[in-house]
Amino acid sequence: MCTECGCGHGHGGADVKIGGTSHDHEHGHAHPHEHGHDHSHEHGASRELSLNLSLMEKNDRLAERNRGYFQAKKLLVLNVVSSPGSGKTTLLRETAARLAGKLRVGVIVGDLATDNDAARLRTAGVPVIQITTGTVCHLDAEMVARAAEQLDTDNLDLLIIENVGNLVCPADYDLGETLRVVMLSTTEGEDKPLKYPPMFHSAQVVIVTKGDMAAAAGFDRKQALANLNKISHHATLFEVSAKTGEGMKEWVEFLAQRHSVVARK
Amino acid sequence: MHEVSIMAEAVRMATEAARKSGAVRVTCLKLRVGTLSGAVPDAMRFAWDVVCQGTEAEGARLEIEPVTAACRCEACRTEFDCADFINECPRCGTPGARLLRGRELDIASIETQDH
Repeated sequence: MCTECGCGHGHGGADVKIGGTSHDHEHGHAHPHEHGHDHSHEHGASRELSLNLSLMEKNDRLAERNRGYFQAKKLLVLNVVSSPGSGKTTLLRETAARLAGKLRVGVIVGDLATDNDAARLRTAGVPVIQITTGTVCHLDAEMVARAAEQLDTDNLDLLIIENVGNLVCPADYDLGETLRVVMLSTTEGEDKPLKYPPMFHSAQVVIVTKGDMAAAAGFDRKQALANLNKISHHATLFEVSAKTGEGMKEWVEFLAQRHSVVARK
Repeated sequence: MHEVSIMAEAVRMATEAARKSGAVRVTCLKLRVGTLSGAVPDAMRFAWDVVCQGTEAEGARLEIEPVTAACRCEACRTEFDCADFINECPRCGTPGARLLRGRELDIASIETQDH
């Protein structure tokens, strides 16, 4: 239908212009296209302002501020992302427990609602700050800055930020972390990296979790590693089970080594 | 889903720039969105209608210019469009080509009205 007068004539989609007053097809009826009266269309001067600014500019700026602050405190900071239920909290609790006496660990955990994860993480004996985001599907640099203020960062070596369980939105938000860590559990399917490429591509570390469940879930390890190699070929890979401890030694040693690099700067 | 946060930021930046220039209304917002930016134009349009309400940008037209992602192979210097992050060179097969564009999430310009 013609969008200009509603007269029922077909127009080619590409030609349709909405909001004009003149058009050139035939009508089966006559009606005036002009008004019978004058009225003012004064709206003041119209201008186009060229901005060329990134919509992520504010977050990126705050993330850089966080990064500088974390560097000054010689803190290794992880931004841990994964889908819900991939074992973030269990792995992080186990990581914190294994680092006891080696690195002083603090955790910031983001969830839409509840502080269940914070309560579980506290059982490892580390300070935990919960961010409840309400409806927001990701953490941003400002939330992390506010949460970090509540931690005694002078007496920490490793700050773990457990992001909201979501493989889409957190990919766009730099938090000022040293390393982005993405987790893939053996129960999720081998094609997760192909389905969520921005997140997997942006990570420096990939951890395949729930190694103990691999056989039961029919996890095709070879296929998963091939998929990861396509998207995250630059990332350091760990395969772990927080439950049996498999692979945990290598992961924890990696963190200690990376912390020594941060502390030397 | 983070399109709401992104568009709320777009409203903030656009109205701030308009105010600084002495304008009172934003009548059009022009964005450049890369195909690998992680933001979906349809979701951005949906969010825009909601987040612009009650601001100086209420009712403003939203124009989104898509930017097709492209890579350059470090080995043979071939440039090619890429639909995902599997940046394998179609000419020589080398993986890991460098992304040249496609992650844009920018305000290109705004149109404003003075009174």
